[in-house]
Amino acid sequence: MAAVEKEPIQEPLITGEHSYADFDEQIGRLVLKQSSHGKKWFAMLGIGILGAHLLLLAIGVLLWQGIGIWGNNQPVAWGFDIINFVWWIGIGHAGTLIWAVLLLLRQQWRNSINRFAEAMTIFAVMCAGLYPLLHTGRPWVAYWLFPYPNVLAMWPNFRSPLVWDVFAVSTYATISILFWFFGLIPDFATLRDKATSMTTKKIYGLLSMGWRGSAQHWSRYEAAYLILAGLSTPLVLSVHSIVSLDFAVSIVPGWNVTLFPPYFVAGAVFAGFAMVLTFAMPLRKWYKLEHLITDLHLDWMAKIMLTTGLIVFYGYLMEVYYAFLGNEYEMFMSSNRFGGPYSGMFWMLWFFNGLLPLILFAPKNRRNTKVLWVVSMGVSIGMWLERFVIIPMSLHRDYLPSSWGMYYPTVWDIMMFAGTIFFFITLMFLFVRFLPFINIFEVKDLKYKLEQQRKGAKH
Amino acid sequence: MGHSHEPKDLLYAISAEFDHADDLVRAAKRAREAGYKLIDGYSPFPIHGLDDAIGFSDKRVPLSILGGGITGFLAGLGLTWYTSVIDYPLNIGGRPKFSWPSFFPIMYECTILLAGITAVFGCLALNGLPRPNHPVFNATNFERASQDKFFLCIERKDEAFDKVQTKKFMESLGAVKVDYVYADEEGGW
Repeated sequence: MAAVEKEPIQEPLITGEHSYADFDEQIGRLVLKQSSHGKKWFAMLGIGILGAHLLLLAIGVLLWQGIGIWGNNQPVAWGFDIINFVWWIGIGHAGTLIWAVLLLLRQQWRNSINRFAEAMTIFAVMCAGLYPLLHTGRPWVAYWLFPYPNVLAMWPNFRSPLVWDVFAVSTYATISILFWFFGLIPDFATLRDKATSMTTKKIYGLLSMGWRGSAQHWSRYEAAYLILAGLSTPLVLSVHSIVSLDFAVSIVPGWNVTLFPPYFVAGAVFAGFAMVLTFAMPLRKWYKLEHLITDLHLDWMAKIMLTTGLIVFYGYLMEVYYAFLGNEYEMFMSSNRFGGPYSGMFWMLWFFNGLLPLILFAPKNRRNTKVLWVVSMGVSIGMWLERFVIIPMSLHRDYLPSSWGMYYPTVWDIMMFAGTIFFFITLMFLFVRFLPFINIFEVKDLKYKLEQQRKGAKH
Repeated sequence: MGHSHEPKDLLYAISAEFDHADDLVRAAKRAREAGYKLIDGYSPFPIHGLDDAIGFSDKRVPLSILGGGITGFLAGLGLTWYTSVIDYPLNIGGRPKFSWPSFFPIMYECTILLAGITAVFGCLALNGLPRPNHPVFNATNFERASQDKFFLCIERKDEAFDKVQTKKFMESLGAVKVDYVYADEEGGW
């Protein structure tokens, strides 16, 4: 056995011996029994809810006063609002990647992490969506963004990446929510059948839509599930590509880069896996689910983070190379990054996204939860800095020195950003309490398939 | 079960309970070989090969998703074409009125949106869901079908169904328990 364990591929994805009923109990109790949530859950939810009030306050004052309370100015018309929009939407992408891409690639280890990564996607998209919505200045007429026959006799300009963004993000949000719910249906049925209280039974019974696990239903379900994964894969690539085109289609030095779509997608996956790890490690420990989210899972997630991190860093290097090929505006922009007024942010970015993740090359570090957590937090900070470097730093010194200007976030910018983080934490911990955060039926499926494989190997 | 009216009329099926997924697949195959057609398996997770074992195949889900996707694509195409060519032509940098490469992202997102919506709602509709109640829920121990047990049902409407013989046959399949399943009321199933 010892010899087998050294081979990483042979290491079990579920450690220990567990029956199907054990999984129901281990995961189901988190939903059905309040007692399985200790003080930590109350503390996290409390912090989240208290902090989310910052968001309410920031939005309230914003709606009353207008976006003049933000730090946005000329020439830096895009500030925290767009930085945070891109940051959040990027974080969401790991969920879809784990849910869909790894399903298509038949990566069985996704089964125990896909549910909560997918939840993260939805919550991150909710946070992301707030920013452009409020940045419109008059969010109550946000429906003007959508094409509908109106008395103004106008239609959106479909040649604009900003309109593509409206379509991409709203499609992404709709599809993510639908798939998430679709994936929950069989688990709702399990909870319905496991619940002892009549009210709980009724609630999950309604949500399960009367799912009875019929083979005919499963057959159609699996077909739809697989095709949905096939649809989501190009969707997730398109969303961040389109977000990157918001910049790349313009002629601002630092934005007009053909490299942007792939490099933004890699950055999104990078940031997303960092966030998944940030939440996965404490959750698996607090709820004693280390046998389902094993060290092997962490190891592999860290590997994906490292790989996408290297792609992102390659992107940074290519930007510099491209700038110094000879375009004077690009050269000026780059020299501003190295030594301009915001150069500190730039070097921090290289440290957090370029250097720090390199320690994950050591297998020991990929399994050390403390190291991994620090690296993940570093990556989240780094990816935020990346958007800061791209957005205000490219805008603050444009072609005419007379129109240069600095950008500083106001207290309202910071309050709103902090508020969305707390809002996200609130949603995550409510999710952990009321929905099974590990996919019950897919973990059973995984156990069954692993047994089949083991049987197949023996014969 | 205390049914007031004649239970015989309300007989829906005979259920057999198994401990292992493989046993269910094997039993389903044997039931099919024995000439039964209205068979269904019930399991807490999808079992590959069980649909073949009960002789079930339905290509309507993929086909409807394809239909949804094509509809979405055409809707996106129609929207961008009509607004940019007919109703509100704009000269943006001298591009043609119908500059389709810039419209492609819109068509693409519409394709995915409609295909995805069709996938979820199409699958539910073809499965006849939502449907809060179903006679099979009355099967003995059926609440375990979503947890850790596997069930096989042969429905009474099957031509080869015989109340006594079929039960005997199902008992020979190695089930943990074989029992009659009665519906709560007539019709609807």
